[in-house]
Amino acid sequence: MISKEEIKHIAELSMLNLSEEEIQKYTVNMQDIVEFANKVNSLDTEGITESAFALDTFNVFRKDEVRESFDREELLKNAPSSNGEAYSLPSMMN
Amino acid sequence: MEYEVIIGLEVHAELSTKTKIYCGCSTEFGGDPNTHCCPVCTGMPGALPVLNEKVVEYAVRAGLATGCEIARESKQDRKNYFYPDTPRAYQISQYDLPLCEHGHVDINVGEMSKTIGITRIHIEDDAGKLVHDGYTGGTLVDLNRAGVPLIEIVSEPDMRSAEEAVAYVEKLKGILEYIGVSDCKMQEGSLRADVNLSIRPVGQEKFGTRTETKNLNSFRSIARCIEFEIARQKEVLESGGVVLQETRRWDDEAGEGYAMRTKEEANDYRYFPEPDLMPIRLSEEYIQNIKDTLPELPESRRARYISEIGLPEYDAGIITSSKHLSDFFEAAVAVCGNAKSVSNWIMTDIIRIAKDKGVEYNELPFTAENLAKLIMLIDKGTISSAIAKKVFEEMVETGENPEKIVEAKGLVQISDEGAIKEVVDRIVAANPQSIADYKAGKDRALGFLVGQCMKEMKGKGNPQILNKLILEHLNK
Ligand SMILES: [Zn+2]
Repeated sequence: MISKEEIKHIAELSMLNLSEEEIQKYTVNMQDIVEFANKVNSLDTEGITESAFALDTFNVFRKDEVRESFDREELLKNAPSSNGEAYSLPSMMN
Repeated sequence: MEYEVIIGLEVHAELSTKTKIYCGCSTEFGGDPNTHCCPVCTGMPGALPVLNEKVVEYAVRAGLATGCEIARESKQDRKNYFYPDTPRAYQISQYDLPLCEHGHVDINVGEMSKTIGITRIHIEDDAGKLVHDGYTGGTLVDLNRAGVPLIEIVSEPDMRSAEEAVAYVEKLKGILEYIGVSDCKMQEGSLRADVNLSIRPVGQEKFGTRTETKNLNSFRSIARCIEFEIARQKEVLESGGVVLQETRRWDDEAGEGYAMRTKEEANDYRYFPEPDLMPIRLSEEYIQNIKDTLPELPESRRARYISEIGLPEYDAGIITSSKHLSDFFEAAVAVCGNAKSVSNWIMTDIIRIAKDKGVEYNELPFTAENLAKLIMLIDKGTISSAIAKKVFEEMVETGENPEKIVEAKGLVQISDEGAIKEVVDRIVAANPQSIADYKAGKDRALGFLVGQCMKEMKGKGNPQILNKLILEHLNK
């Protein structure tokens, strides 16, 4: 069971301010998600080796070669706020 | 009450790859803010990371150089936390299957030698930089460093003092430089350490509560932070309090540590396997190949300098602590063949010059070859040691070839007995008091006479012959 306290904790870690209504809603949502994932646990996995991935793919590497970076102006278009050189935020230091 | 101090370190080293860990952006230091960035390293939704193969190779190299076991199967995980220096809101690190485990390095503190265990070495990406915006009072984010590859080297809690901790970091720095995986420039933050520290009454088996002080980027701040934290924890215990488990920061200017606000240290990272990156599988052949191409390590060079060249242990340790210095030593010895003399010049003058000028040993103003030439001039008797010091100072200023300096300044030593005797006779005749003093047992008088003769000969007299001739006079 997912508790309201767990939702509040996760919200706090993610720096989200949730209303009482939202907490209620996400508690139900999250419970559904966990139940869905739990279905996997009901499968018989006898004789199957443990793995972290579903695909049998490994060693997908890239050569250490420099590629041109993105245009800064383009990148900063995605910033809610910028000074033209850097992403700009409310003060994080005090 | 006597306490035992327990220290473990987490050392982060930026790898000297050309590109970032998951994209082709350059890792070059400096550069205008946010010009080494792309959708991958700025965490744009939908951008896919692809692992840089050099990162794996460098981490394996570091693991092999520190006696680690290399994982045949490894994976990467998301470490979730919300902070604006990490635009994805997670760092990609390794949780339960790191690339390297169970290694060790040996350190020397004074006469004592000790083995420090390495728990694990894993790969991860660095965060961006937050800068205070003086104009608006807000915070600016520069993501040039975001995605630069790091290895995190986690030690066992095997250190018992600030001295041991510093020796351990020095040792790691040396090894990483030798194997060429990191430039370890502490002032640029490419090598930094987190200190985990607890104390317990001597004899008590249970560990005390530990604190973690983050992001120390000089040997001096590591040592000072440890001394501060030991004193602080003692004071807490002795006044009847309890040490809280907390994350702390070190203010080097103020010379004191302080606890971070609890909000900043939500240690609940909710790790899970990174679904965008496939597992890493390493073959025996791949690992053996890296093992075979590992360069000679400081420990082996040190042993060789002691047993084959006959250097004192202390000198061998100092010279091999830096790859650049050790390379300089070997290059000079290769030319002049006089290892003892090269070692003496390093221990006395070269370390001092590097410190005064604030340069690395590969940035000295003169070459190893020129130092070797200077030594050969002394060994052949062309110049005296005293003159050699003057030539050396000239080399430091100009980087000029010592043979040219000696020639241009007419510094060739005078070894002609007749010429020296003429000066000695004159000086001795002019200083009858010194002869009387010497006969009365004042050895200083000999030094005085040698000094006077040398002055007369502008430092160019062969000191052995000079000494011999003066003593002949005195013992008449
Ligand atoms: Zn990038």
